Amino acid sequence: MVEFPEIPVLTTTVDKAVQWARRSSIWPVTFGLACCAIEMMSMSASRYDIARFGAEVFRGSPRQSDLMIVAGRLSRKMAPALRRIYDQMPEPKWVISMGACASAGGVFDNYAIVQGVDQIVPVDVFVPGCPPRPEALLYGIIKLQEKIDSQRAFGPKRG
Amino acid sequence: MDAASILASVKAAVPGAEIAAVPAADRPTFVTAREHLLEVCRALRDRDDLRFTVLTDMTAVDRWPAEPRFELICHALSPDRGVALRLKVPLDGSDPHAPTVSGIWPSAGWLEREIWDLFGIAFDDHPDLRRLLMPEDWEGHPLRKDYPVQIRMTPKVFEPLQMTADEFRARLEADRHVRTGSERTGNRVGTGPGEGGD
Repeated sequence: MVEFPEIPVLTTTVDKAVQWARRSSIWPVTFGLACCAIEMMSMSASRYDIARFGAEVFRGSPRQSDLMIVAGRLSRKMAPALRRIYDQMPEPKWVISMGACASAGGVFDNYAIVQGVDQIVPVDVFVPGCPPRPEALLYGIIKLQEKIDSQRAFGPKRG
Repeated sequence: MDAASILASVKAAVPGAEIAAVPAADRPTFVTAREHLLEVCRALRDRDDLRFTVLTDMTAVDRWPAEPRFELICHALSPDRGVALRLKVPLDGSDPHAPTVSGIWPSAGWLEREIWDLFGIAFDDHPDLRRLLMPEDWEGHPLRKDYPVQIRMTPKVFEPLQMTADEFRARLEADRHVRTGSERTGNRVGTGPGEGGD
């Protein structure tokens, strides 16, 4: 970013401006699966307040969302629904896998639970914990913002 | 109302019924045979001195590798008499099946579907015996003791968004379990004719 003191103008690249806008308004889709969702709600509420990072607008429709927080264990019966919601989100979109169950099955090492949602959707940030504290999820969102900053605004998304 | 008076009343209503009281910590408990389950349940519900009109729960126990392997358990409640009971039915492991009690207590319908789903106990003449909890195309019955609990399978990620009425009906029928005539006589695939039998 370059400033010119005499005239009220800033210059930057389109990439930087677009990615700044994207990372400052990450709208998560309302998608809680289990107890992690309670911590997710706590994170969005006033005490921890993700509004400070521009991500407070939980959208009821995947069509208006940028981020899917997989909050909780994903059962095999739920897997097609999760994939459908992910597919319905417009690009660019990101996924946070929240907690031990979503990331690796957690304590549910059995037939009914998907052992890691990265089998279903591409995950950008894994947040460890059982459940993660709201601060941990906030840290995950900040990490995601750093990742978005490092990505290109146009062209292939991942890389 | 204690176990002895319930037993006497049921025996009066169903002569020759195989039913016996067994010790239990919490409520009168009885063991009966599959052949007499329907008559016993009907007597429990309809007799004026019993009136067990509510089926509160229905479940099963897998005692593998012991035989009889399964135990079907019904919990019934009599609001009129203020008493609850438990009725157990031992079932053979080779072809576990029992008559449906959904004709007596309609609330048994989904409970029996759950037992079919998780234990693989078939209910004869059940109006709609499909899986309740597991996906329709699931193989096996997960609450059986010999089920591989930590089985690894690729999760299904796609389901069609729309389907025709015919496809929907076909899926429903594929999921529905109907005990065939050969099963009823014990001649299932894999066992030679003349073996087994109910």
